[in-house]
Amino acid sequence: MLRKLSKVAGVAALTLGAAIAQASDTIKVGVLHSLSGTMAISETTLKDTVLMMVEDQNKKGGLLGKKLEAVVVDPASNWPLFAEKTRELLAKEKVDVIFGCWTSVSRKSVLPVVEELNGLLFYPVQYEGEESSKNVFYTGAAPNQQAIPAVDYLMDQGVKRWVLAGTDYVYPRTTNKILESYLKSKGVSDKDIMINYTPFGHSDWQTIVSDVKKFGSKGKKTAVVSTINGDANVPFYKELANQGVSAEDIPVVAFSVGEEELSGFDTKPLVGHLAAWNYFMSAESDANDEFIEKWHAFTKNDERVTNDPMEATYIGFKMWAEAVKKAGTTSVDKVRSNMYGLEVANLTGGTAVMNTNHHLSKPVLIGEIQEDGQFDIVWKTDGEVKGDAWTDFLPESKNLVSDWKGLGCGNYNTVTKVCAGSEVAAE
Amino acid sequence: MKLLKTLLLCMVALNSVPSYASNGECETYLQSEIEAHQFNQDYQSTFEQQVCRLVDADYAEKEILINGIAKSEDENALFVINALLNADLFYNKKNGDVVTRKELENGKYQAISVFTQQELGEFKKRDLRKIGINNSLRRVINGVVAELQISSSNPADREAAALELLKAADNSALPILEKALTKESDEDIATILQTARALVLLQSDDAIARMESIQFLNGSLYVETRNGLNAFLNRAKQDAGLYGKAEILEAEKSLEAINQLVKINGVMENVYFGIALGAVLLLAAIGLAITFGVMGVINMAHGEMIMLGAYTTFVIQQLMPNSIGMSLVVSIPAAFLVSGLVGVLIERTVIRHLYGRPLETLLATFGISLVLQQAVRSIFGPLNQDVQTPDWMAGTFSVNAGLELTFNRLYIIIFSLLVLAALAVVLKKTLFGLQMRAVTMNRPMASSMGIKTGWVDALTFGLGSGIAGIAGVALSQLTNVGPNLGQQYIIDSFMVVVFGGVGNLWGTLVGAMSLGVANKIFEPMAGAVLAKIIVLVAIILFIQKRPRGLFALKGRSVED
Repeated sequence: MLRKLSKVAGVAALTLGAAIAQASDTIKVGVLHSLSGTMAISETTLKDTVLMMVEDQNKKGGLLGKKLEAVVVDPASNWPLFAEKTRELLAKEKVDVIFGCWTSVSRKSVLPVVEELNGLLFYPVQYEGEESSKNVFYTGAAPNQQAIPAVDYLMDQGVKRWVLAGTDYVYPRTTNKILESYLKSKGVSDKDIMINYTPFGHSDWQTIVSDVKKFGSKGKKTAVVSTINGDANVPFYKELANQGVSAEDIPVVAFSVGEEELSGFDTKPLVGHLAAWNYFMSAESDANDEFIEKWHAFTKNDERVTNDPMEATYIGFKMWAEAVKKAGTTSVDKVRSNMYGLEVANLTGGTAVMNTNHHLSKPVLIGEIQEDGQFDIVWKTDGEVKGDAWTDFLPESKNLVSDWKGLGCGNYNTVTKVCAGSEVAAE
Repeated sequence: MKLLKTLLLCMVALNSVPSYASNGECETYLQSEIEAHQFNQDYQSTFEQQVCRLVDADYAEKEILINGIAKSEDENALFVINALLNADLFYNKKNGDVVTRKELENGKYQAISVFTQQELGEFKKRDLRKIGINNSLRRVINGVVAELQISSSNPADREAAALELLKAADNSALPILEKALTKESDEDIATILQTARALVLLQSDDAIARMESIQFLNGSLYVETRNGLNAFLNRAKQDAGLYGKAEILEAEKSLEAINQLVKINGVMENVYFGIALGAVLLLAAIGLAITFGVMGVINMAHGEMIMLGAYTTFVIQQLMPNSIGMSLVVSIPAAFLVSGLVGVLIERTVIRHLYGRPLETLLATFGISLVLQQAVRSIFGPLNQDVQTPDWMAGTFSVNAGLELTFNRLYIIIFSLLVLAALAVVLKKTLFGLQMRAVTMNRPMASSMGIKTGWVDALTFGLGSGIAGIAGVALSQLTNVGPNLGQQYIIDSFMVVVFGGVGNLWGTLVGAMSLGVANKIFEPMAGAVLAKIIVLVAIILFIQKRPRGLFALKGRSVED
């Protein structure tokens, strides 16, 4: 009896030992993207991108002599669940890095957990800025890398009247506040700016499009700057086309419409409307061709498109892998200090650089929608634009800077010389 | 200045003529241009040479070239410019030849010379690059095309051209307008041209012409008229001596009259928007009026029936990609069958076990809705599907120059009323309708008369679901076709049915229309978010006062 018991204990010890050995044999990469619910439409693609990058890295022999292992969880477009799943990834699965989140509200929900458990999150989506956490690297665009260059471009094209249309939540509200103050600083008067918010998933755009038409018929060139999110874009563009608003009369520049969103509808009536991103699938470069080919091979589908958040994920992953190699360990603090100044070739030609404010320097591109659902790049910034965590166009953040290397602070006030907490409320 | 610019441009062009591997048409043309330049600095480039230069030009240079091409009076000029506008103009990466392309069955493309229309051989997609344009070039081209097309024999082309000329009415357009007016026989187009001419003359120095123009413009609802008159009054304000007093008074009078008409238009437009929204609500709610209204089943999966209808439309369109319009017609019965069958299945397997237990029914159907959503997500993927709109549904129906009604909404209003009428006929005039009403009013009695109540239940639920499927066909033309389509409409549908009165089709119609119009009246005042809230609060208050809705059923069946 006793013998039997000890045998069992021995087997148990053996398996346990094997499990431990196996755990230290791989580097775990957490993937925190919604695979169900409303955001699944956008986030599933990013999950696949991370899996592709992991597979690719493993083919090259992994990192530090170990294989990478992706741990995929599904936060189901449910914001509090994002925090729970993060805790699960960090505390239970002990992942070394997390790639994840799409909406700002999901990132805000994850933030306290990654800071508490000293995790490492790569956030690959354009966002409203006004944040810089020690534990997050922001590889998407800050407002000065998307919204402001887009407005500059339109001003260049002679636009005098502005409609700022957005979905009613934090990203559009903050972006529009920044844009409004930027436009006013350029001498645009109040009556030449129209601001409009709509609920999530708004589907009846008749009145708003008709208002935009009226606003644009005052003899001055008018443009719409759209921060309309997700699904609401399709009925909006359909209504524009139906009411005969063409891009030559009133161009719409969008910050949330990319190749993937366009693959959901017929783009014939939308030709000429604009989008501002750091990456377009149509960019001509060898790195891009290679990336697209890999993506098609990975998804086994030649029709799948690539988009900006995918490039941001790609850059983030490459940088992390590079930093791990340089640090010789996956320890969060060592990896972080090796991230600063890292350069990775981006897919549009040129290089992306990680700054000490945890934001990238990247080029900004403006594209016009084409009949085939792709964008024709019509304008490009001269060089890379450095991501600004704290915008200079809002009074509450214009004195703030983020420098995690020199100052060791994400929101240092240059006037009062104080480092506030990890974030300042955007309001 | 302009000369200098052209000269500079020529120099740029001369220096940057690329050397291509094989000899193409364009190389020959550009070579001859260089030679001609050596003899004569003022050499005017030919049509072919300008077209060939489009390949290497930037946007500013392209604008000059397009204007030059238009003025060349070559018979191919309009063809080339239209091809450029429609993104059909390509160039051969190897030798710079400008071509249009035709897709071949083997996946390659046949390049066709724009000059000779000869076939130049097969190319891979990447060998032919598009000659790109941007928005401001598109505007330039539209203007240029308008000038060329104003003498077209097709009235629709002429009207589009006239409207384009109206947009850019300035002194340089006057000769074109005068010439077009002498030939124009169509009254509507002539009015547009006269409006454009009046707007040009409004800026002239001739007082009599100005006065005549102002009088002509009175009552004209074109946006450009208002802008023109406003600009006129602004000029008068800035320089007091510029215009006579009578003119200014007349202009103010005209502007006021126009503004009055615009206001009436605005109200009419708002009501139309409201009815259009009401029609969408009606379509979404009719099915629910049967399953919830008549049968009393709280069906949370109703929205998913709509979604299934929309996906059916997508599948049918994939099956018949060459006849988009026809596929929409075919989709209507198909969606009815698909959603109807799923409805019957749900009723037979789940709901019939739960009659009389509303809470369990609610939870069970909510579960079903999640299952259906995820099923669609697994089959079609999480992305929205591309459902195309047939050409006859695009565009606007113009009541007057200031009021245009969108065709797609117009069709949906008509369609929703047809569906409602058809349903009323089924309920009132057919045997099935009679049995259905009998079963819902008094089940034991109906059963003892020999009606198979179980099957009537299943078919009734199927009918309600099927109609939801038809609503999906219509909604696929307005919004995203994705797994979440149904969720957007479920709350609104319940609101309409409860507000209109349970079990009453007439109430559903009135409920949907009044909610739609109320929403659209509040929206311009309060914004889209607040308008929705106001309507919701109003309904809650209304239900407090009349718990059975607008048109309450009277009679014995109400008692239970």
